[in-house]
Amino acid sequence: MKQDDSAQHDGTGASFDKRLEAARLKAGLVAKPKPDPNRSPDDNPLTMAMRLGSEMVGALAIAVVIGYGLDRLLDTAPWFMIGLVPIGAVAGILNVFRAAGSSRPNTKPKD
Amino acid sequence: MVEMDPLSQFHLQSGLGTLGRIIDFTNSNQMMVIAALIVITVMGIGLRRAAIVPGRMQGLAELSYEFVHNMVIDTIGEEGKRFFPFVFTLFSFILVGNLLGLFPYFFAFTSHIAITGALAFFVFFLSLIVGFWHHGFRFFKFFAPSGVPAWLLPLLIPIEVVSFLSRPVSLSVRLFANITAGHVMWEVFAGFMLMLVSSLGALGVVAALIPLGLNIALTALEFLVAFLQAYVFAILTCLYLHDSIHLH
Repeated sequence: MKQDDSAQHDGTGASFDKRLEAARLKAGLVAKPKPDPNRSPDDNPLTMAMRLGSEMVGALAIAVVIGYGLDRLLDTAPWFMIGLVPIGAVAGILNVFRAAGSSRPNTKPKD
Repeated sequence: MVEMDPLSQFHLQSGLGTLGRIIDFTNSNQMMVIAALIVITVMGIGLRRAAIVPGRMQGLAELSYEFVHNMVIDTIGEEGKRFFPFVFTLFSFILVGNLLGLFPYFFAFTSHIAITGALAFFVFFLSLIVGFWHHGFRFFKFFAPSGVPAWLLPLLIPIEVVSFLSRPVSLSVRLFANITAGHVMWEVFAGFMLMLVSSLGALGVVAALIPLGLNIALTALEFLVAFLQAYVFAILTCLYLHDSIHLH
């Protein structure tokens, strides 16, 4: 019983420091570490899983819509569609890379 | 044979009886008003008495406030404080809408792309306006990342433009598709149960336990999806605003 108590006390002692640190950070007493711009802001894997698929399809869909619309408007079928679908596919892949947070290498200068 | 149509649950009907029919007030509008009222009521009750030791309602209000507040500050940065009311409204409205849609016989308004599309385009135009507000016409540099060789620009700019324009599409389709798919799956599995019972009799009743179990598991999943989709919508809103303010 005694040992349990002391072990628990030690545990809360360690977590107290952590919580104090977090509280000071929140109250603005300590400078907040700058968020890493290269890191994706949401590293929750479930969020990621929800995002990636639609990011890719969305870009392709919008490219098809623009291509089809321009072709209808300018009577140039099917050339705009042909040109824009690869662009949409590339944009979709770019979106997925962005969402995964790996499109910005560390060497890129920050402006 | 049991007649079933898993998509009939998304049909718009008029809400509020005769009055609703006259002014075209649909059941979707009705649920939206209810969702907004729930959010306002919970916040109102939660913040009525600002106790030092928060009660349940105050805890709920403060918890959701802190959750969204941290998300906004972490994603957009200190400048993001101005957008907190907007993101909080969006998050709580979508979350309550998703959760209300999980009740039997309630209408899930986030299952209509007209609703999610309207919300997504609002976010899209807001991020455009914020971008132009902060950077003027330098905002167009957004489409031409620095450090790219000039000969690549004719290829890269259309890609970036398409990528930018795809934001509201993926934002709206994601929410609408997840909610719709979940509700359709529920009804399809429930339909399996009726089919099994009506065609196999006693054996069917036993076999129907399998789709029943699946539906129970699906209920848990749908609660997760309801929260997660609201979260994803809100955090992507923050992300787009961040991009508009900081230009990548």
